Amino acid sequence: MTLLHLAGVTRTVQLIDAPPLTILSGVDLDVAVGDRVSIVGRSGSGKSTLLNLLGLLDNPTTGDLEFDGRPVKSFSSAERDRVRGRDVGFIFQQFNLLQGRTALENVMTPLLYAQGKQFWQRARIATEMLDRVGLGHRLGAMPDKLSGGEQQRVAIARSLVRGPRLILADEPTGALDLETGADVMALLDEVATGSGAALITITHDPAIAALATRHLRLDHGVLTVVGAPDDSALLGGDVPDDLRDDDLAAVPA
Amino acid sequence: MNRLLSNVVGSFVEAWQELRIHKTRVMLSLIGVAVAVCAITTVVGLGAVAQQALQEQNEQQGGRAATLSLYVAKYDGTPVDAEVMEELWTTTLDRYGIDYASRVVNSSQTVQFADGAVPVRVTAVDQPYGTMHRVRLTEGDWFGATDADRLAPAVLVNQVFYDRLGQPDLATHPTTTLLGDRPTTAVITGVYPVSTWDTEPAMYLLADTLAGLSSPEQQAANGVVPNYEMWVPAGLSEELTKAIQRDFTAAIGSGTNVSVSRQDYAAFNEDPFGSIKLLVAGVAGLVLLLGALGLVNIALVTLKQRIREIGVRRSFGATAGRVFFSVMMESIVATLVAGVVGVIGAVLIVTNPMLQGFISQGAVTDFPPFPVEAAILGLVCATVVGALAGLLPALVAVRVKVIDAIRY
Repeated sequence: MTLLHLAGVTRTVQLIDAPPLTILSGVDLDVAVGDRVSIVGRSGSGKSTLLNLLGLLDNPTTGDLEFDGRPVKSFSSAERDRVRGRDVGFIFQQFNLLQGRTALENVMTPLLYAQGKQFWQRARIATEMLDRVGLGHRLGAMPDKLSGGEQQRVAIARSLVRGPRLILADEPTGALDLETGADVMALLDEVATGSGAALITITHDPAIAALATRHLRLDHGVLTVVGAPDDSALLGGDVPDDLRDDDLAAVPA
Repeated sequence: MNRLLSNVVGSFVEAWQELRIHKTRVMLSLIGVAVAVCAITTVVGLGAVAQQALQEQNEQQGGRAATLSLYVAKYDGTPVDAEVMEELWTTTLDRYGIDYASRVVNSSQTVQFADGAVPVRVTAVDQPYGTMHRVRLTEGDWFGATDADRLAPAVLVNQVFYDRLGQPDLATHPTTTLLGDRPTTAVITGVYPVSTWDTEPAMYLLADTLAGLSSPEQQAANGVVPNYEMWVPAGLSEELTKAIQRDFTAAIGSGTNVSVSRQDYAAFNEDPFGSIKLLVAGVAGLVLLLGALGLVNIALVTLKQRIREIGVRRSFGATAGRVFFSVMMESIVATLVAGVVGVIGAVLIVTNPMLQGFISQGAVTDFPPFPVEAAILGLVCATVVGALAGLLPALVAVRVKVIDAIRY
């Protein structure tokens, strides 16, 4: 079942005293429930803009973008926000946990925008979710008392707590060491599989990209399908040229 | 309905979390609001005490609304025959059914104190005067119906007079000697308070008592001309003024000046306290405006630091409206708390006996309770200031570009 459908999507930005800048051009993409998609690309290749579109935070300039079979352009602003809250979970590179709130409160945050059972039973649901990511014993911990890996696990719990059908992971391991990154990705994959959600990972890291079943590359606003990297990529060895990203250190120290 | 409820509750939860986390910022910004609300509530509350003081003083001097004053004198300065006046006065009261009326004679009476004979200001009145002028006593009672029949006349003295006598217990029926043509022993039956600036002894006598103390000739020589007061419904005062003027003029004839007029405080102005209220409101509004400006200032500065958080919330489904409402709510919840603190402070200040004494200068016998409208005004002001101060940050918050906010 197709969850996201992009056909001929372009996004241009009007600049003052300059011709319009095309950030994305002719993007075609179909994402179905349960898909594992990775998108690699250099800085400035349009990843953020694509993430905006996929996460229903922005509208394409031209082309069709459908979510769950409905054109996104037909959504009102509030409706788009509600669909995003219900069906899309975000995971960020810098975790972006809300400071000063406990792990539990952070995971409860998306449920504050839900209704009915999800809203009123948010504490119980969030506790269960933290249990699932192995942090049932750190409910009351503040983000600054958690390690990087733990923070990202809280972020994963937060993104999944409303049972989204699409998970957008923006450089999910960018701020983690190799081993922790692998752990986090394994957890993310496991939880996403358990919930049947589609997972789109935007990354610089070929090793992380290799975990997906479909591999895409964004280059100067053009999205292309690339072949699967071989296993050596996972071991930090040779990475196929079309997955190599020159402008980054794949794994931070 | 369900969505609305969860939205409102959710916004409260978010606002509360935000306030809890940014305690220092919130405290700083709220000190201004709390002080402003405290000031506005205090000023309004004290205004009520001052107003009460003014009103009591006015009522004591001019009577309650509407008090008509009748003054009759011949153009040549000689008094009108007392019996004729008495007759006319009684008939008029009967004719118009006026229950509260009193003769008022301001005179002087020499009184024997332990340290010598002293002239004392006398206000000779009829029994209803106490109600008409809301005279309150600190001890004893106002003249009763039987006081006119006493052999030793009853006298009400002021606190200065009473202090001078050594504050004898009224239960022992203390007496004082009124000197004059016919020295008389009077019984002190009550004591009334004085303003702090009033240092002279004074007393109330019944008008008939005063008449008995000196001969009519003596009174005429003293130039004592009684004034006649009537407490009438304010709505009828104009008609009655004309009617009584007409009746007296007709009955006494030419060569006499008959003057009937309202003398109570309400006669001079629609709202005698309007100007005070306006002044108080102006000052309070200014104070509140300064508090609000401080709040907006701090809210805008700290919003910069919160853009990322707002971006995160938006990405998890917070609608623009929800973000707006939450930021607004935060401001309102905070100012409301500050408002409550301010009002509590104001209550403590206004009900402070020292301050009350200072404001009233001893002129208030009946302190009004802390005015509820002042407390409500304080809270409403706090909420309005919160909403106004929250508006600008909330508008800025709504315009946050989500992904840029998260990734910057």
